[in-house]
Order: sequence, then C-alpha cells, then structure tokens
Amino acid sequence: MVAGVIALAGNPNTGKSTLFNALTGLRQHTGNWPGKTVLVAWGEALYRGRRYQIVDLPGTYSLTAASPEEEVARDFLCLRRPDVTVVVTDATCLERNLSLVLQVLEVTSRAVVCVNLIDEARRKGLFVDVDVLSEELGVPVVATSARRREGLGLLMEKVDAVARGRIKPNARPVVYSAPVEEAVRQLQGRLRALGINGRLGRWAALRLLEGETSLLATLRRCAGGGDPAERVIHPELARHRCS
Amino acid sequence: MTPEGQVREEIATRIYQRAEEIASRALRPLERPRPAWDEGLDALLTSRWLGFPVMFGLLGLVLWLTIVGANYPSELLATGLFWLEGKLSQLLLALGAPAWVHGLLVFGVYRAVAWVVAVMLPPMAIFFPLFSLLEDLGYLPRVAFNLDRLFKAAGAHGKQALTMCMGFGCNAAGVTSCRIIDSPRERLVAVLTNTFVPCNGRFPLLITLAILFMGRSSVMAAAVVAGTVLLGVAVSLTVSWALSRTLLRGTPGGFALELPPYRWPQVGRVLVRSFLDRTAFVLARAVTLAAPAGAIIWLLGNTSVQGASLLSHAAYLLDPLGRALGMDGFILLAFLLALPANELVIPIMLMGYLSAGTMVELNGLEALGTILTERGWSWLTALSVMLFSLLHYPCGTTLLTIYRETGRVGWALLGALIPLSVATLVCYGINALAHILS
Repeated sequence: MVAGVIALAGNPNTGKSTLFNALTGLRQHTGNWPGKTVLVAWGEALYRGRRYQIVDLPGTYSLTAASPEEEVARDFLCLRRPDVTVVVTDATCLERNLSLVLQVLEVTSRAVVCVNLIDEARRKGLFVDVDVLSEELGVPVVATSARRREGLGLLMEKVDAVARGRIKPNARPVVYSAPVEEAVRQLQGRLRALGINGRLGRWAALRLLEGETSLLATLRRCAGGGDPAERVIHPELARHRCS
Repeated sequence: MTPEGQVREEIATRIYQRAEEIASRALRPLERPRPAWDEGLDALLTSRWLGFPVMFGLLGLVLWLTIVGANYPSELLATGLFWLEGKLSQLLLALGAPAWVHGLLVFGVYRAVAWVVAVMLPPMAIFFPLFSLLEDLGYLPRVAFNLDRLFKAAGAHGKQALTMCMGFGCNAAGVTSCRIIDSPRERLVAVLTNTFVPCNGRFPLLITLAILFMGRSSVMAAAVVAGTVLLGVAVSLTVSWALSRTLLRGTPGGFALELPPYRWPQVGRVLVRSFLDRTAFVLARAVTLAAPAGAIIWLLGNTSVQGASLLSHAAYLLDPLGRALGMDGFILLAFLLALPANELVIPIMLMGYLSAGTMVELNGLEALGTILTERGWSWLTALSVMLFSLLHYPCGTTLLTIYRETGRVGWALLGALIPLSVATLVCYGINALAHILS
C-alpha cells in the first residue's frame, strides 16, 4: 500500500535528479510520458515504514505549457494532484527559481520547498534564511545538499508531515491588480459550479484570463477526483484516468 | 496587445516582482563577496549601451585578422596549385587524352576546384578557429542575451538569437537548430529568416570583395564586412517583425537564458576541432560541388550555338535584369547556377567572364581584382554583389532542410521567395539611388 504520491518539480540544473536518486535509491523506473517524448522517472521511498511513490517531473522554468516538458509537469500537478509537491530550487540563483515556486504554489498548497545546492551557496558566500523564506511563501522550506545527502532526513520529515496532514501549509498567493483579481473572483464562482474549486479554481481562472480556453474541457473531465486509491498509479497509466 | 496578452504580461511581471522581493528578504551575503571578474566582464559585455559596440568591435577584429592574414597564404596556394595544374596537363597529354577530355578535366574540373581552394581556404582557416575561440570562451550566449530584446520587439522568440548565431556557421544547421524553439509560430519565423545571416559559404565572397573593392586599408574592409553582417541581422529582425504582423501573427513567449561561466578555451583542441569540423568540412563540400559544376560550366562555355557559347547566351538573356540590380548577366547566372552551394558564386562568375570557356590562371587575389575591374566592376558592383549574396535565397541544402523541418513545400518556397524579393528590392533601390545621386 502506497502512503502517497510525491512529485518533484523544479528548474533544470537544480540537482532535482540527484535528489530523486538519493531518495529512491535503486527502486526507480523511467519511461516516456504517454504521447510525449518527455522522460519521466518514478520510484519509491520508505520513510518510517510508509511507502511513498516519487515522481521526478521534467525540469522546467515555468508552468505555462509552452513546451512538452512544461505541459507534462503542469498536467501532473493540476490533474493528478500529488499528495505533496517538492519544488527543488538552486540556492545559488534562488530568485530565478522562485518564479517557478510561486507558480507551483498557485496550483497547490501541499508543497515543500527544497533549497538544494546549499553547499555551493555557502562556498559562494551566500546565506539563505529558510525561516524567512518559509514565512514569505507559507509552506515548509528545507535546505539540502542532495549530493552530500545533507538535509534529506528533514526534507522527508516535512514531506511526510504534509502528506499525513500533520502540517497544513497555506501558501501566500501572489496578488494581482484589482481588475484581474475581480475577474478572477467572478470566474471562480462559475468554476465552482463545475466542481473546480479552491486553489485550483483560482489557478484555472487565471489561466482562462490568459486566454487558455482549451484548459476548461480537460479540467471538467478531471473534476470530482474519484477514488483516492486510483491516484496512486504509475505515470504511464495516467492517461487512463483522465481520458 | 490583446487583453489576454496584457493579463499574461501582468501575471508574469508580478510573479517576477514577488520572487525578487522574497529573494531580497531571504538572501544575505555570508561575508562581503568580492565582485568576481567574470561578473565584471558580463556587466561590460551585456551592458545596455556598451554591449553592442563591443559586439561589433569583436566581430570587426575577427574579420580584420582574417583579412590581414588571408592575403599571403592565398597567393602561396595559388602558385602551388597552378604549378600542379601544369603537371596535371602534361600528364594527361602524355597519356594521349583527347583535347576535349584534357579541357574538361584541367580547365573545367581542376581549375574550379583550385580556385575554390585558393580563395576560400585561407580566410576559412583563420576565421573559423577565431570564431570557435569566441564560442568556447562563452561569448555567444552573451550575444544572444544582447539580441534577445530586439527579437522580442520584433515579435520573435528570444531563442532566435541563438539559431541565428548557428546560421553564421551554416544556414542549414541554423534551420535545424530552430527545433529549440517550442512554439510552432515562432519556430517558423526563425526558420524563414535564418538565411539573412551570412553562412560559411558566403563569408569568403564578402571578405574577398571587401578586400578588393571596399577599402584602401584592411581596417576599412573589415568594417565593411562587419557592417554587412549587421545589416543581415537588421534585415532578419525586420522580416521577423513583418512576418509576425502578417502571415505568422502572435506574441512571443518568454524563456530563461542561462549565461554559463566564462572558461579559458582549450586552444589546441579548439584549433583542431574547428579545422576538422568547419574548415575541412566546408571546403570538402565546396570542392565536391565545385568539381561537377566546373565540368558543367566548361561544357556550357564550350558548346556553341549560333556563334556563341550557351553560357554567353544565358548571360545575355539575364543581362538587363542584372544591370537593373547593379550587376550583370554573368553574375546573376552565377547566383542561379550556385544554388547547390553559395561557395560557387565566384568560381562560376569567373568561368563565365572568360569567353574562352575556362577560368583564368590563378595567382591570388590581385589577379581576381584585375579581371573584375576589366569587366567594368566598380565599388557599386561589388556592393550590389555583396548585398545580393547576403540577402538572396539560401542554398539548396538549406531549402531542403526547411522542407524537412516544416513538412511543407510551401514554406520552403517562401523561404526562397522572401529573401529573393528583399535582395531584389535592396539592390534595385541602392542602384536607383546611386543613379540619381551621380
């Protein structure tokens, strides 16, 4: 029995795959995402006797669905709704990485931010205040060095806590201009009627305002969720759930 | 901008602002970090005001070194190859080859190949390694960074700056590299405008003509070639702009460009690789194409119909059009026949100029200058030829690549027609202007 699905998201070159390898060891597989030439790896991690399925999403700079990689990452986060999303960032260029973090937090609050490559940052004379970061973002933040296996225990502790509902993160949303916020509020009402609510509703409303009308049909089909057990599946089977 | 576009812009901007805000609160220096030398260099190379002059200066420097360095080896090569021609001729005659075989092989095939090697090898052997050194140093991503703003403004994807840089090597490779652009619209814009940057095959022509006609000094000649390159980039941007407002409407997406750290190039490795991968590769291509082309031209030049060779007939037909564009029938014919490879323009043109049907004996750049001047070339002719070479349709390989990448014959046709009309317009305009002024 799998205790939950954990997605690893992040920019390219943040040591995401190193982290994935460190967490899953040899219990991993790779395969093409259905219908895409995008490689997705998945594996399992044990934490205090609980088995988690970990999915290593392709590295992306944003969630705008401008490339197949972004589309895969975004579809997974929005439609498959992992129990916890770990956003892996590069401590040495945190500002650039935070843009993806903020975008992921618009989709889900059940997230842990991993500030990786912290040893590199130290070497460059940079100090990352994870408490301030956690305060600003509204989700747990853990500093790690996946290469040296630093901070991995603490990371899994936070992930486990979020997965089991011991920590209920509440990500601080990015606030847009008054007209956009007003339009979002109105659209959210309409989306709620379709069964798309909460944070995902706000996210969907923003995308609709950006002109992504094709998203609506997909969301509609996947709204309602279904059996929670059904969510614990390999990515290669994901298409059966939504189509 | 559409309302959707405005929302997209606002959301992206707000997210970046918020990221900046959070980062500034959560990040602190452990100790005072010294500004690293590479950050200083980046500040200079990608600065808003100095980035472009530095870019132009570096390009000019590379071209100047090429021009200064190419002259002497070119003469040396020509002498050597001419000596070899004499030996080859003696050998064939000793073997008792018929006159037409001797003519076809020695005056057709061998001279075409020898010309290509003598004129193209020295500039390539200097230009490509220098360019590779800049590449290895990590300068090209900075170029892309500088140009990104301009491409955005033209409605094209910022990555087009990279595919364009690739085009300097080879337009066919440039077109293939457009795969890195994910949005189909922006990819097409990049594919269709790649040919406006001069490729390896055209640089020798630009450099040679600049040396012969454009300047009293090598500095001047280098500046002219650098200016030509700049014009190519400007045209590429303008056509991208026009395309994204007409045929391929839309707004570009964003992307993050990582500026890799500077590295001291591994000089030895770069020299060897650039020689094998570029110089030898381009030369081999030029030679394999020049040999059969030389044979065909020789046959055309030696087949007489109604008292004149086929070559002369064709040139005579094309002459009025050529004149209107500041060139002549032979030059235009050369451009037409050089469709398989741009490297062939100068050799074919020379073959045409010699009514006897063979190319001149070669002894370096000087001789080439004399022949062209005797044929009535002025600096304006040279300028027209340079501009036409810069802007006209891409080579056959590139067109085939466009077809393969887009899957439509129509796009490949457009990839030839757009540049052709631009080249025609520019050449006609400049010559009309020169006519009025004089």
